[in-house]
Amino acid sequence: MYKNTGYLSSQEYSSCMPDEERMNSGAVAIIECPEHIPCNPCQEACSRGAIQPFEKITDLPVIDFERCNGCGNCIAVCPGLAIYVLQKEYEPGFSLIKIPYEMLPIPQKGDRCDILSRDGSVIGQGLVERVQKYSFNLKGRVLWIKIPKELHREARNIRVVNE
Amino acid sequence: MKQICDVLIVGAGPAGLCAASIFANTDVQVIVLERDPFLGGQLLKQTHMFFGSKEQYAGTRGFEIGTLLKEPILQAKNIRIFTNTVAAGFYPEDGFLLAIENDQELHRIYFKKILLATGASEKALSFENNDLPGIFGAGAVQTLMNMYGVAPGKEVIMVGSGNIGLIVSYQLMQAGISVKCIVEAAPVIGGYFVHAAKVRRLQIPIYTQTTVRKAFGTESLEGVELISLDAHWQEIAGSERYETCDTLCLAVGLSPLSELLSHFQCETQYVPELGGSVALRNQRMQCTHKDVFIAGDVAGIEEASSAMLEGMIAGVSIAEDLGIATPSHKSIKEESTQFLQAMRSGPIGDKIRSGLRKVEDSHV
Amino acid sequence: MRIEKHPILEFGEKKKVTFFLDGQRVTGYEGEPIAVALFEQGFKNISKSLVYHRPRGIFCCIGNCSSCLMKVNGVPNVRTCTKQLEEGMIVETQKRES
Repeated sequence: MYKNTGYLSSQEYSSCMPDEERMNSGAVAIIECPEHIPCNPCQEACSRGAIQPFEKITDLPVIDFERCNGCGNCIAVCPGLAIYVLQKEYEPGFSLIKIPYEMLPIPQKGDRCDILSRDGSVIGQGLVERVQKYSFNLKGRVLWIKIPKELHREARNIRVVNE
Repeated sequence: MKQICDVLIVGAGPAGLCAASIFANTDVQVIVLERDPFLGGQLLKQTHMFFGSKEQYAGTRGFEIGTLLKEPILQAKNIRIFTNTVAAGFYPEDGFLLAIENDQELHRIYFKKILLATGASEKALSFENNDLPGIFGAGAVQTLMNMYGVAPGKEVIMVGSGNIGLIVSYQLMQAGISVKCIVEAAPVIGGYFVHAAKVRRLQIPIYTQTTVRKAFGTESLEGVELISLDAHWQEIAGSERYETCDTLCLAVGLSPLSELLSHFQCETQYVPELGGSVALRNQRMQCTHKDVFIAGDVAGIEEASSAMLEGMIAGVSIAEDLGIATPSHKSIKEESTQFLQAMRSGPIGDKIRSGLRKVEDSHV
Repeated sequence: MRIEKHPILEFGEKKKVTFFLDGQRVTGYEGEPIAVALFEQGFKNISKSLVYHRPRGIFCCIGNCSSCLMKVNGVPNVRTCTKQLEEGMIVETQKRES
């Protein structure tokens, strides 16, 4: 499916997510990297060892969701921008996603934004909670976006709203 | 001018630079020829983080890798670099390679061993008016945007959904240039899913089984006619549609720049999986002419990480043949060979492995 | 059109130079390829095909395709996509006599 469309279907992305119980109990990293490509920086990114070590460089990344605390250090390391963090329970009625971002303009805390799904559709409005920088990936950012909870499975990117 | 060296390296992209690094600060006299004014080849245009493993600079942006690779070469006193210098041809009766510096100064270069790391050139696509200004190879779009900060246009249609088509589309969006769509003749997207996912999240549609039939414009491109293809790659009559665009970017594949090989009478073969005509070689990257080695895209279209690894392997092989290889060199070669095999081992590597089987022979 | 802001790249300060296209004064940055400077100023059509005199411009921008050949300081068939711009260069489109 995804080889024809370029985005994961709901069945495909659901299989990357942890079960409902884990989703409800705090932030967690989700990796959408279904192909055996020769790439492994993610396995060394996690200080808690939640991303299981690769045997071969073409192995698929696998997260131990129980070890993962959703800190997001892995997000900025992934060259394919394939990792994001989802915190389903953030505030009443709201979830939080942490996504990699390398576009201009870089939004600021408090900015509103459009929420985009995996196929690029605008599915709602979000709020920028935080903009993180990393010493090892100076130009990339990780954005923390507050989103309506009902969008927590579809939200995957943002578009800055020009006001 | 007459120049004498032990090792001549043609091309200072990732393959050539990694090969040169093997000889840095040894007694081997090396000359590196580069037709561009700068070193680094295609790396300098790449703004994205590289894949692979940390030994191949995974997570580092391409243009930063270019800087890292060239520094030790620039510092080494035994390596002379000629930029703006084209390798024009090898004269076997006289035993020198003719190089032209700055379009005017001629050099006759005598050497013992030569590495051809000349890279590749972009393929074009056949359709009416495919020569209009505004129609570029993907590399040209990257050069304009990422090296010189010039926008190639305002509204781009990308042809080809291999890694280059997907990555350059992403880079165009980063530069603030709108990409209307990506068209792909095959039924599936050619490049890595993660690259495709990035551009889909940026609202760029990807139309598979679609190609460009004709371009329109008087002095430069104004629009194109797209057409759908059926399961047998045939145009579906009635499916033509016009799309305006001022820029068409052709990311339809690369072809190895193999011309110099014939001057050495190296055996070559046309291998579609490797992009075109490539030299027969052994696992030491040595051709049928024993003094000629190849590395990088000229050996077969692949990636920058493969180019770097092949450059190391070829460099050490040359060092071995000159009798100066150290144990440290040999372990670099072993590690590089293992990495290369590991990188090519997955399903993504099927095409390369199948192509290499046709030209890699230990008896060469 | 120059890209002023970029999320990853910094283009830095470059020296502006003046040069001539078929007698007309034009500007560009020192060191960038002639064809790139011309393209940025709106001169996309810089050469003509040999037989049918079709408009041609940058295609490969790396010295492989021959779409960008112009006369520079009297030297014909210069690959302007890689030839670096200098102050006062005299650049001419090549007349095709077939």
